[in-house]
Amino acid sequence: MSTETLTHDEHHDHGPESGLKRWLFTTNHKDIGTLYLLFSLLMFFVGGAMAMVIRAELFQPGLQFVDPAFYNQMTTMHALIMIFGAVMPAFVGLANWMLPMMVGAPDMALPRMNNWSFWILPFAFTLLLSTLFMPGGAPAGGWTMYPPLVLQLGDAFPFLIFSVHLMGASSIMGAINIIVTIMNMRAPGMSLLKMPLFPWTWLITAYLLIAVMPVLAGAVTMLLTDQFFGTSFFTASGGGDPVMFQHIFWFFGHPEVYIMILPAFGIISEVIPTFARKKLFGYEAMVYATASIAFLSFIVWAHHMFTVGMPLSGQLFFMISTMLIAVPTGVKVFNWVATMWRGAMTFETPMLFALAFLFLFTIGGFSGLMLAIVPADLQYHDSYFVVAHFHYVLVPGAIFSIMCAVYYWLPKWTGHMYNETLGKWHFWLSTIFVNVTFFPQHFLGLAGMPRRIPDYSTQFADFNWISSVGAFGFGLSQLLFVYIIFSCIRGGQKATDRVWEGSHGLEWTLPSPAPYHSFETAPEIR
Amino acid sequence: MLTGKLLVMAAAMFGFGFLLVPIYDVFCEITGLNGKTGNTAQVVAEAPNLDRLITVEFTGTVNQGGPWEFRPAEARMQVHPGKLYATTFFARNTGDSQVAGQAVPSVTPGQAAAYFRKTECFCFTRQDFAGGEAKDMPLRFMLDPDLPAHVETVTLSYTMFATTTVAAADGAP
Repeated sequence: MSTETLTHDEHHDHGPESGLKRWLFTTNHKDIGTLYLLFSLLMFFVGGAMAMVIRAELFQPGLQFVDPAFYNQMTTMHALIMIFGAVMPAFVGLANWMLPMMVGAPDMALPRMNNWSFWILPFAFTLLLSTLFMPGGAPAGGWTMYPPLVLQLGDAFPFLIFSVHLMGASSIMGAINIIVTIMNMRAPGMSLLKMPLFPWTWLITAYLLIAVMPVLAGAVTMLLTDQFFGTSFFTASGGGDPVMFQHIFWFFGHPEVYIMILPAFGIISEVIPTFARKKLFGYEAMVYATASIAFLSFIVWAHHMFTVGMPLSGQLFFMISTMLIAVPTGVKVFNWVATMWRGAMTFETPMLFALAFLFLFTIGGFSGLMLAIVPADLQYHDSYFVVAHFHYVLVPGAIFSIMCAVYYWLPKWTGHMYNETLGKWHFWLSTIFVNVTFFPQHFLGLAGMPRRIPDYSTQFADFNWISSVGAFGFGLSQLLFVYIIFSCIRGGQKATDRVWEGSHGLEWTLPSPAPYHSFETAPEIR
Repeated sequence: MLTGKLLVMAAAMFGFGFLLVPIYDVFCEITGLNGKTGNTAQVVAEAPNLDRLITVEFTGTVNQGGPWEFRPAEARMQVHPGKLYATTFFARNTGDSQVAGQAVPSVTPGQAAAYFRKTECFCFTRQDFAGGEAKDMPLRFMLDPDLPAHVETVTLSYTMFATTTVAAADGAP
């Protein structure tokens, strides 16, 4: 197959191969970006279907649809799929599509590794999803995989471990690719501090990935050897300590939550200036704030485990360092607000999502601050308050920013404008339902409802049915998102090169749709 | 070049994950964070502080599925720091076949672990039980007089783990 394509390589205008081979063997950053984004959309619906099972079961007290063991599989798999299958690949996909175009590079630096890092993912998730059909069922001990519970898993256990290994390998390769592209392939004249915020936040995120994904791989490898090779890293009978797993896991786990939000900060920092028609307020402060958040993420992990017992000095250290994160985050939020100050704002769909992000992510941030307070956390720990908190930062935080990015760049990708009326419908339905879903969960948690349970005491019934109705509404609204994307790919009003009146940056100097190969000669940066 | 460096960095972080294990152990040994006590007999000199009275509580738990009845002879004792005390734990094999057990101690609060000195303990070695055998297993301990002043109650918990599979692998009798 390759001889023919190789001889064609002198032609600079050759398009993509046709058929399935284009997608299997592609080394083009735009193709791989598309694959990542479509994969993540698929996983969003797989994980979403599991969320629907969870909310259907919790619609009223008592057990109605599923048995508790399957319910536990749903909560665990929902988390693993949404984190590693939906949110992370979506950000990597956006990075693939946009980074070369934003820094003026012809492609990603390591195109073959790029292909590999994507094509590992379908295998990883086939392994993971196949566990649903195994004797003993899918992982059910929570996505955090705490021993000794996780070691009681049946046949699914090695599949869980190896799928985590594969996801980790994919993320690490993606991260290496992103760092090398940004460091080596920026257009001449684009110094690091002239680079747009989205590449900046991704650069920092990529370093976080390289620093912590291997630690997770190590932790799950220790679980594997504990189970099959007689080691006792976490088995108390052999002198190990199960609590140590929690420390190692959260040493990965806390940077991981910033891996899922820093690229979102980058997207919002692109979108708000466009629709406020002003430059981003405090560009350098934004860069340093992102770096500070990344640094702090390494020294706060134990706030996830205040209740396992630690000395007062430890509790104080982790409480105060956690609260310190509010400072750089506050810098970012106020800079976004200052960017809009006296701007000539318009409210197209991407801007609406960016504004909702700003409000709702901040709510999630505040509930995070409440959880950082040790005496309060001792009550909130493992309650629905925690569920409400991390869904506020992940759904109207990370996922809204991804939707925002899709609406913002979709005209550049497809050459067509999406349907603005439907986009606004999608926005309002999502925003209303996401709050109906998750806001009542704060009250449930404060009233004492524990997380990860299929049944509950009757006093929690009212808020639970409200939450379930919101979840079904949110789930259905996302079908509209799929319709909007696919109808935009098929056709629609032609998009201009600038697309948005206030747009800025190199990607908007390219034609819409962006040609298969772009910036083969580096653009000039003034 | 940069790619190579980043790959090395990823490999180094994989190693660091494993390095966290000894780091954690050393850290816990210094701070007593995980409530572990020593697993060899310590030599202590008695220097009783009769002004101070500490409550020591004992609990015994059998790990999932273990064939034992396991409990302390006394649920709690009032002790003076710096004085040696002796007590026993009772264990009975409820099954018909021979089993080996290992008791793993844990002290709460963790800060007290470093001050809990044992001169003799059934947890130092593996305990073998014939089918239906019952034993009173000895424990001799002393609380260090330097025990932090805010500690008034110390809980010593033992979990009994079945180690039969390990014993078979060792080729033990």
